[in-house]
Amino acid sequence: MEDTINTYTISIYTENNIGLLNRISAIFQRRHINVESINTSISEIEGVSRFTIVVNLREERMKKIIGQIEKQVEVIKAYYHTDEETIYQESCMFKLKSDLLFEEREIQNIIRDSNARIIHVNKEFFVLEKSGKRNEIEQLYRDFSVYGIMQFVRSGRIAVTKQEMKISQMLVAFN
Amino acid sequence: MNTETVKTIKTATEKTVRISGSEAIIKCLLAEGVEILYGYPGGAIMPVYDELYKYKDKIHHVLTRHEQGAAHAAQGYARISGKVGVAVATSGPGATNLITGIADAQIDSTPLVCITGQVSSHLLGSDAFQETDIVGISTPVTKWNVQITKASEIPEVIAKAFYIAKSGRPGPVLVDITKDAQFEEFDFKYEKCTSVRSYKAACKIDSKAVQKAADLINSAKKPMIVWGQGIILGKAEQELKTVIEKAGIPSAWTILGASAVPTDHPLNIGMVGMHGNYAPNMLTNECDVLIAIGMRFDDRVTGSLSTYAKQAKVIHFEIDPAEIDKNVKTDVAVLGDSKLSLAELIPLLNENSHPEWHQKFKDLYAIEFEKVIKDDLHPTKEGLTMGEVLNQINIQSKGDAAIVSDVGQHQMIACRYAKFNKTKSNITSGGLGTMGFALPAAIGAKMAAPDRDVVAIIGDGGFQMNIQELGTIFQQKVPVKIVVLNNEFLGMVRQWQQLFFDKRYASTEMTNPDFVAIAKGYYLDAKKITKREELADAVAEMMACEGAYLLEVCVEKEDNVFPMIPTGASVSEIRLS
Repeated sequence: MEDTINTYTISIYTENNIGLLNRISAIFQRRHINVESINTSISEIEGVSRFTIVVNLREERMKKIIGQIEKQVEVIKAYYHTDEETIYQESCMFKLKSDLLFEEREIQNIIRDSNARIIHVNKEFFVLEKSGKRNEIEQLYRDFSVYGIMQFVRSGRIAVTKQEMKISQMLVAFN
Repeated sequence: MNTETVKTIKTATEKTVRISGSEAIIKCLLAEGVEILYGYPGGAIMPVYDELYKYKDKIHHVLTRHEQGAAHAAQGYARISGKVGVAVATSGPGATNLITGIADAQIDSTPLVCITGQVSSHLLGSDAFQETDIVGISTPVTKWNVQITKASEIPEVIAKAFYIAKSGRPGPVLVDITKDAQFEEFDFKYEKCTSVRSYKAACKIDSKAVQKAADLINSAKKPMIVWGQGIILGKAEQELKTVIEKAGIPSAWTILGASAVPTDHPLNIGMVGMHGNYAPNMLTNECDVLIAIGMRFDDRVTGSLSTYAKQAKVIHFEIDPAEIDKNVKTDVAVLGDSKLSLAELIPLLNENSHPEWHQKFKDLYAIEFEKVIKDDLHPTKEGLTMGEVLNQINIQSKGDAAIVSDVGQHQMIACRYAKFNKTKSNITSGGLGTMGFALPAAIGAKMAAPDRDVVAIIGDGGFQMNIQELGTIFQQKVPVKIVVLNNEFLGMVRQWQQLFFDKRYASTEMTNPDFVAIAKGYYLDAKKITKREELADAVAEMMACEGAYLLEVCVEKEDNVFPMIPTGASVSEIRLS
């Protein structure tokens, strides 16, 4: 198992400081590791940011990278998890021609079946939003490709873990 | 800058005073006990220099001849004193010139605070004159770095910078301060930083892990210690000596660990690594328990990892959690400050001596002596060897000198043969291998330890990489002893070309200037020798000289450093010729 490349979701709790993104991305760059996706946001704790990074690595390598991330002064804690250990989502947006919405019955079926949301409509185009797993988004992409996609964008993965993250206690312990 | 991240305690009840950012910088440095700065002025740091003029009786600024020299001098200062070295530079080229020294300090865990000037905040990102993104550039080679754009941030950030630089596993911190922040006035108050909430300097010692380590050591038949600079940085020399003596363990050192235990201690079995001693390298692959303390299993130490100490149980005492299992899998990891963990270990150890095991080291030393050391230290051939120069320095300094070596063949010879009685005596660029390190580092070392003899051992290549610092030595009257071992080659590269590139000496031959004339141009005493008969007297003259002295020794041109573990080979494949 240790030898296989797995998809890992890295969750990093950090101070909200300028330059930290650079510091963290440099850890991957230096080791020639491609980052599949990266997302930064606030976390459940006020003033603490959360990075969610997806990489494909062997576990042994992953552990060492976590060590390097945690070594950064402004990193509070870093974790890595497999897909099974997290609840995760990506979000995407499709910009499609408005004509399709009215002229292609199949489009309406796709939208309904996929649980995608229409978030904007005007005479020229409409915009769909879909959150879900990568394969659902890819399926939708294939379905719409037949009709022509004006624009497509997908977000990085966001994930919460099934296990508890004891960051608040940790921050108390640091002090 | 999130100022809430710094938890401070009140150490001084100084009233607030309204001063400029630049004056605040000086006051912060004084509050941190800084006495000497190494630096170079320029546009974006001029307000700070103006304050230095005002505070020149309290803080001594050393004008180096290049910012790289300032960084290395600050490193030399830090390495010999255990204090934080401080370097100052202007924006743009001033800041980028510090980078090699910062990178060197990062990989060798040297506590530095580098202060750089920056263009005014309204010019940031506008490609202004001498603007460079030094925070971006220095990120991968600093322990921490930050930019200040408001004077009010200065006290907390500088307090944090010093705390981070010297605590835990030390390292360089860069603080970039915009010119407008230097001019801006604010109400100054300084409080030392004692913790940062997201940063744990060192783990608490896990007593269970210490017990496991003790059990393994007590049951070992063939234990071996390899210690590194962690002993020196952790001030754990005495604890290490007690461990070694109580458990009777043959103990070797990495290049940066040198001098933590005196060279002539009977259980000191020499240096590990590519050009280390024969016995500790060979027996790494025979010991049953390998105890690594404050070292990081660098590739120059381990050679091929797939054949490194595979038969041994590995115990790793280490302050940096990221080093555990990074290169070598450990059986027992003891995280934390080595001074504390070793102190806990000592009472758990059984008194022991391993005479048969120790004899193996002596036997292999005898082989190394016969095949390598004898001819290095007491050559019978005509040309001078680097080894005999070191031997002569040992004899005349009685092992009390601090040796600052540059990078290359002479460095390996210096570290192999220098005799050290005192800790913090071996100052060299280990991890980064920075040619040009020694001359400026020797300046910093001598200024931090004026009572000690500081001898810089430098090759003809490395000497010319920061030769301009002779100017600093002259102006500041720093009485360093400089020994240039001149073989008219970039010797280590030439050695590799000879051994691995079919003697194709591409760009390694040097046509050198008259080094004595150059030294004399800086009004330094200097001498060149070419013959063995001159050596003892010349070293004596150098050591007796009150001021700085340059001794150029013309050594055999094509000598090689042995033993040697070829890149990628196993430590037990070490070659004696």
